[in-house]
Amino acid sequence: MSKPDLNHLQKLATQIRRDIVRMVHACQSGHPGGSLGCTEFFVALYFHVLRRNKEFTMDGTGEDIFFLSNGHISPVWYSTLARAGYFDTKELSTFRFLNTRLQGHPATHEGLPGIRVASGSLGQGLSVAIGAAQTKKLNKDNHLVFVLMGDGEQQEGQVWEAAMYAAHNKVDNLIATIDYNGQQIDGPVKEILDLKNLKAKWEAFGWEVLEFKGNNLAETIAGLEKAKSLTGKGKPIMNLMHTEMGFGVDFMMNSHKWHGVAPNDDELKKALAQLEETVGDY
Amino acid sequence: MFTDYYPLTNFNLKKRGVILVVSTTTYIMTKFTFTEKKDTRSGFGAGLLELGRKNPNVVGLCADLTGSLKMDAFKKEFPERFFQVGIAEANMMGLAAGMTIGGKIPFTGTFANFSTGRVYDQIRQSIAYSHKNVKICASHAGVTLGEDGATHQILEDIGMMKMLPGMTVIVPCDHNQTKAATLALGDHHGPAYLRFGRPSWPIFMAADRPFTIGKADKLIDGTDVSIFACGHMVWQAIEAEAALAEKGIRAEIINIHTIKPLDVEAVLESVQKTKCVVTCEEHQINGGLGDSIAQVLGRHFPVPLEMVAVNDSFGESGTPTQLLKKYGLSPENIVSAAERVVARKK
Repeated sequence: MSKPDLNHLQKLATQIRRDIVRMVHACQSGHPGGSLGCTEFFVALYFHVLRRNKEFTMDGTGEDIFFLSNGHISPVWYSTLARAGYFDTKELSTFRFLNTRLQGHPATHEGLPGIRVASGSLGQGLSVAIGAAQTKKLNKDNHLVFVLMGDGEQQEGQVWEAAMYAAHNKVDNLIATIDYNGQQIDGPVKEILDLKNLKAKWEAFGWEVLEFKGNNLAETIAGLEKAKSLTGKGKPIMNLMHTEMGFGVDFMMNSHKWHGVAPNDDELKKALAQLEETVGDY
Repeated sequence: MFTDYYPLTNFNLKKRGVILVVSTTTYIMTKFTFTEKKDTRSGFGAGLLELGRKNPNVVGLCADLTGSLKMDAFKKEFPERFFQVGIAEANMMGLAAGMTIGGKIPFTGTFANFSTGRVYDQIRQSIAYSHKNVKICASHAGVTLGEDGATHQILEDIGMMKMLPGMTVIVPCDHNQTKAATLALGDHHGPAYLRFGRPSWPIFMAADRPFTIGKADKLIDGTDVSIFACGHMVWQAIEAEAALAEKGIRAEIINIHTIKPLDVEAVLESVQKTKCVVTCEEHQINGGLGDSIAQVLGRHFPVPLEMVAVNDSFGESGTPTQLLKKYGLSPENIVSAAERVVARKK
């Protein structure tokens, strides 16, 4: 694996944060908080970690593939996909508007390159990723499947059905990550429905569990590289990625308030003042 | 051997033509008879095994009901393509959606209740909206599940599944047709729901009878009333037809094995001739085959309609025959519905 150009990746992350804030402002809806918190993860994944083909195919044969289970953070995914060359960045301006391919929550229905399954109704992405990983094994395709979930999403029962299944069936070409930001719509996860010892839970289910800081590019890349090094050893991998919801925009941090709220004109100005345009606005 | 002989009448003689002499009494043999009974789920099992041999991309998933779904033979012959998921149906639907990515054709197997209502949102988002090539195969549908009672006797599944955009819904009528439908699904692309059942049921469709998804199958020609039926109720309709013939009513029997997409042309062609309709299904009166037919009639050719279905109620424990009788799904119910509807058109 080549050494990452952290300087360039950081610039990309800042640009993607600008995209996120502008996209949700333009349509006055969407989920900026989780999107901002996961920006380093998406940059690390798409610009360094994934062994991916230039052209998108639904089957994703001969490449690493990624699923987003917590589909509400679609702004960060759309911006990353556009910046990674899957479609024109101009299309980001259509987010959530009528006739767009950039639906409020990710969908395959409109044929947006990069999306392989719809998500938004929580708890389903891990199962889908496991299925795709098992197909890779059947096809003798020696590539990996990645999936991102939310921490609030861990309250969905299907997640634990999938957890049991993947460990039992030794699905070891799978790297799952939880955006462990401690927030959900109604408030702190600890207050809504505490996950207690999440690491111990996943370990008890038979997964290899890693932890890293998600708002630091070097640490995120190192975490994902370590996860890759542990694949093929009979266990599925779970990363507990500690992030800050709203990271990068000071007034959006340290609160669940910006989970699903769009900034007004003044707030947009304030946010963009903190996020330098680096590789060009869409 | 043949259980459905009917006493000779002039009407029958003219209509049917095949005469068998048994002892001193003369009987007429209907066009649809049976020598053997078998469960439709076994047709699924046989179809899946054959499909597994034909197409290496076919995979089977089952939620701890391998024996009940008759998936054992597939599992035994293709262990690497069979996935035991345990009692976790939501996960099974997600796994199946994911397995299509890379070209597999997953056939999921569990009871109809756990194949639909329990996992509706998983099917809706990960399979139907995402247009995944998953075949949801569901056994033990309807009251003929029998003694297990209402918790397992789903009567709402056709409605739930037909409402999903892009979902194909197939309800075959006997063992042979269930096998044929399973094989046809191997060449079909897109999400599909295949509904079958538990009880031993007459095998009256020829094993080599062509099966085309979306194409209604006319079984008996008639002029006085169109009877549209699906699943186990097709046999009930055939029995009803003979009784109606005794009463001088010539019923046309059409097997609507594909509820969606519905063969609207075949429905209208029959109805334009007969001018009245009876629908028969082992399902709630709300949301099933009758609803679909009523919609076609209302929009294109309004004529009197009677629906033989479960009337907004749950089932209960009992034998299949007892339950069919109690819930109004016997040939007698079809006969009286036909008489009512024929009277209404006058």
